[in-house]
Amino acid sequence: MSKRIALEGSFAAAEAARMADVDVIAAYPITPQTHIIERLADYVANGELKASYIPVESEHSAMSACYGASAAGARTFTATASQGFFLMHEVLHWVSAMRQPVIMAVCNRAVAPPANIWGDYSDAMTARDTGWIQLFAVNNQEVFDFVLSSFRIGEDPRVLLPVMVHLDGFTLSHVVEPVILPEQEEVNRFLPPYQHPYAIDPDNPMSYSMVMGPGIYAEIKKAQDVTLRESKEIILQAWKEFGDIFGRYYSPIESYKTEGAKTLLMSTGCLSETAKVAIDRKRDKGEDVGLIILHLWRPFPFEELYQAIKDAETLVVFDRCISLGGPGGPIISEVKSALFDKRKDIKFAGLIGGLCGRNLSVEQFEDALDKGREIAEKGSEEVFETIGIRE
Amino acid sequence: MAEKKTKAISELTWRDMRFGNVFTEPGSAVRYKTGDWRSQRPVVDREKCNKCGLCWLYCPDGAITPLDDGYYEPDLYFCKGCGICPQVCPKKAITMIEEEEK
Repeated sequence: MSKRIALEGSFAAAEAARMADVDVIAAYPITPQTHIIERLADYVANGELKASYIPVESEHSAMSACYGASAAGARTFTATASQGFFLMHEVLHWVSAMRQPVIMAVCNRAVAPPANIWGDYSDAMTARDTGWIQLFAVNNQEVFDFVLSSFRIGEDPRVLLPVMVHLDGFTLSHVVEPVILPEQEEVNRFLPPYQHPYAIDPDNPMSYSMVMGPGIYAEIKKAQDVTLRESKEIILQAWKEFGDIFGRYYSPIESYKTEGAKTLLMSTGCLSETAKVAIDRKRDKGEDVGLIILHLWRPFPFEELYQAIKDAETLVVFDRCISLGGPGGPIISEVKSALFDKRKDIKFAGLIGGLCGRNLSVEQFEDALDKGREIAEKGSEEVFETIGIRE
Repeated sequence: MAEKKTKAISELTWRDMRFGNVFTEPGSAVRYKTGDWRSQRPVVDREKCNKCGLCWLYCPDGAITPLDDGYYEPDLYFCKGCGICPQVCPKKAITMIEEEEK
């Protein structure tokens, strides 16, 4: 029998890695990620998890160690946030291009300066083009479920790509919620043993990542891009099977009360649950609004987006990250680009909020929806509007 | 995975690179022709050569081949024409000539 217990998001991520029976963990502590790797260190120390735990001297080393461990055929896990995430940025590219299914939890946190520890997606969004599969969790159950399913997705021989699971710093990582943990036997049914087809082996020497020039680079990158795009089908398959075993079904874009909705709010991560309550209230008042939640950021779910917005006239996109000097928040930029050829009629409004852990209330989401509709109808002088900014 | 045995880089498509940049066969660089980088090639004068082997020792690419008769010959499949061997030859037995010259 599965059991329902109280867990903070960090421990949910750690439990998923433990139940996936990871072989190697290499990590460097950074707020708000520390609880994940401390919990795993406990499990390794007390023998509950038979894994090598490599306490490295930096995040660059953490991801490098993960790269090597994964290349040797080990199931590999790490976690980081913000500044540490930036320090490992170079290696993120090595891991994805060299097709190593390293799984990483990222406790999203704002970028310094000003020095801070609180949550937003300005770390995650810098990794948009690193070639990783990227998932955003809305609650702690999704943290567990996404980390666990990441191993299955990333290690699939048709995929062999690393996966990041983004969870909001503090609002998920440090908040206790009920989480249903499955039986180990169920996990074993869902997650087959990992076998890398080109694991490095002294008895069977290979060369990894040779110098390659202009004559072949574009071909290698196209192959990588096609593989990442095609991974969406395997993600859908894995989540279907996940649902059949564990009873919870996931999709790249979750639709909430979208039936007949002319105005849709699009959101990501934990604030989507606050937005749900705002939608409930507006629905109770008879307003034709709904919510779509982006779970899968890379590969971008184009088809699912077209389907999710097909009856909508107005799309209000909520970004929890500012794209300095850019065409709006990172998500609305992509959504507009994705819909440019398909839905020239749809009206957009870009809203940014919740930066660096600033609270957003249900009422603010209700107001934001009204404001979004107004912007969409009348236009705005601003590229985007920031919810609750002091002018 | 590149089909190394039959295809040159210029013949590989992205479909050949579905597993990125891993070479499963060690030592396959011996098939990589670097001789076409050359603009000048070394020519050995056997009348002057005393078989000391310094050219073989100094060649940065291992492109000087010791022969059974004790002499040394540049392997033009690999020789990039760097010009080190004539510099180190104590007998001035090696000269670089333009590739255009036959």
